[in-house]
Amino acid sequence: MAEDVKPRVKVPKSVSAGEAITIKTLISHKMESGQRKDDDGNLIPRSIINRFTCDFNGENVVDVTLEPAISTNPYLEFEALVPEAGEFKFTWYDDDGSVYEESKKIAIE
Amino acid sequence: MKRLTAALTAGLMAASMVSADPVDDTLVLNGETTIVTRIKAPEAVADVFDEVISGWHFREEETRAMQADDFDNPGMIFAELGEDLWNTVEGSEDKSCASCHESPDNMAEVRPGYPKWNEDAGEVRTLEMQINDCRENRMGAEKWKYTGGDMVNMTALLASVSRGRPVNVAIDGPAQSTWEAGKELYYTRFGQLELSCANCHEENNGRMIRADHLSQGQINGFPVYRLKNAKLNAVHDRFKGCIRDTRAETFEAGSPEFIALELYVASRGNGLDVEGPAVRN
Repeated sequence: MAEDVKPRVKVPKSVSAGEAITIKTLISHKMESGQRKDDDGNLIPRSIINRFTCDFNGENVVDVTLEPAISTNPYLEFEALVPEAGEFKFTWYDDDGSVYEESKKIAIE
Repeated sequence: MKRLTAALTAGLMAASMVSADPVDDTLVLNGETTIVTRIKAPEAVADVFDEVISGWHFREEETRAMQADDFDNPGMIFAELGEDLWNTVEGSEDKSCASCHESPDNMAEVRPGYPKWNEDAGEVRTLEMQINDCRENRMGAEKWKYTGGDMVNMTALLASVSRGRPVNVAIDGPAQSTWEAGKELYYTRFGQLELSCANCHEENNGRMIRADHLSQGQINGFPVYRLKNAKLNAVHDRFKGCIRDTRAETFEAGSPEFIALELYVASRGNGLDVEGPAVRN
């Protein structure tokens, strides 16, 4: 697991049914591109988050492929329609095989 | 034609003058806490400034907005990592920071007063030195590198709980000689460019130095998350960067010179609220 990886998510606690909400996600990650060289001229191996997904009650909301040119601590913001109370599940996939997960419940007003 | 050019030039100059002034805006954290980012100058700098202004006012709108929300502020990730460290038991005494101090919220009075004279040690101590003293002598753990990742994350945590409290470092009594040494450094020209801190941050703040907007060089927002290197930057590393830019050999982080300079520069911002971890360019 890459060092100091910490996911953060911001989701409203409640919403009226059928309303679109804004979801913000941020994960601390160095997103090493694989293009850079260290002081001795050796290539620093690529180490990035390569995929991010968000599901709501088992249904996929977004599925994003991330590329090496994305900068450190990737921030993703998107909208989602919430038809019913439930739980958002967020998953980040690291190049090294690690998977970071976070979930947030949301209620209907 | 000539008149037109003159009018155009005057217009351009007016526009660039306006854009170089510190922005008139109010920093409200998370829509709740109003932060004091400009205030009547403390006594130490009353002869040169009417008002001391946080670096926040010198940055672009997007950067200012980023700092106003704890989620959007990438520095807060590192404060959270600092909180993990806070609760990590380390060293021969089987203690974490939390074992003695309990919640980081109990430390809200700490950051605003540092650097501070320590009577037992007989020296002026920065927050970093005090953290390492705790680690070494109370926890029996290894010292952290002065501007290393763990240390910066911890100082970010300690600054974050003090946000909204005014910087208030003591410059009299036993700290006075250190403060004077810091003042001496502040006005000393360094490097091939022969620049002192004062040349930019006192005499020319508010102006552009090429593409960069010079601030008063206040340190109430440290450690700061800089967009240019996408990480938290400790104040001594920032000092190093500034001195390097004058094309001088710099002092080391944690050196007596930088401790004195930190005390002096902090005192120039007495009265401004702690903002760390702030977001800057």
